[in-house]
Amino acid sequence: MSSKGSAAPLFAALGDATRLRLLGRLSAGGPLSITRLSEGTGVTRQAITRHLHALGRVGLVRHARRGRERVWDLNRERLERAKRYIDQIAAQWDDAAERLRAFVED
Amino acid sequence: MAVQTPAPEDTVSTDRIEKRVVLRAPRTRVWRALTNAAEFGTWFRVKLDGAFIEGKAVRGRLSIPGYEHVTLELLVERIDPERYFSYRWHPYAVDPAVDYSAEPTTLVEFTLEDTDGGTALTIVESGFDRIPLARRAEAFRMNDNGWTGQIKQLAKYVE
Repeated sequence: MSSKGSAAPLFAALGDATRLRLLGRLSAGGPLSITRLSEGTGVTRQAITRHLHALGRVGLVRHARRGRERVWDLNRERLERAKRYIDQIAAQWDDAAERLRAFVED
Repeated sequence: MAVQTPAPEDTVSTDRIEKRVVLRAPRTRVWRALTNAAEFGTWFRVKLDGAFIEGKAVRGRLSIPGYEHVTLELLVERIDPERYFSYRWHPYAVDPAVDYSAEPTTLVEFTLEDTDGGTALTIVESGFDRIPLARRAEAFRMNDNGWTGQIKQLAKYVE
């Protein structure tokens, strides 16, 4: 189930090295077929399929048909939400760096 | 890592934050602001209870209005004079009811270089992928519950 209200299932879905790699490949050059996504990974197509479905359940990826193949792509909006945690900390560093600037440039 | 923002100077992944700023001040001045604990405390807004010494922990309390209850502990890793300063800490450890000490830390690194008109400072915080997922989700929830100022900063940051 995709659960819009809670972030916990989203982070659980992200907490796996293979899934993060899949997201990385889709981010760099999606949409991609399962065959392409399993190339060079040492992970079976069946396992890749399972991981894609886990990511799909929390709305991070979606699939579509391209001709006769099924291709997978990122749901970028959902991924933005996953990034928010680190973005909060990045924003705090922005503030801190500006305070440092004011402090040393006097 | 999976996700990168396209900003030219600052990058964000799920594991790492990198910021680069050019400060119109000599390297010696920036170095002191970073590594003298009292000066660090002034701009970072934390009251620290000791000096930065390699291998030693320094404790402190935030001096940001509304966050005075938040305590920090910085474990200093390396001090390479006027070039590099690093410490470990628990990021986003803002809930006084939670004991963060058993969690993995992130590494914060400051690197200084001379540049035209001043000093280039690079700040890197890394190791977020090791932070428990439940806590990352918790921070996310707290954000939804009123970290509005941070969200404004975020909007500025991500676009």
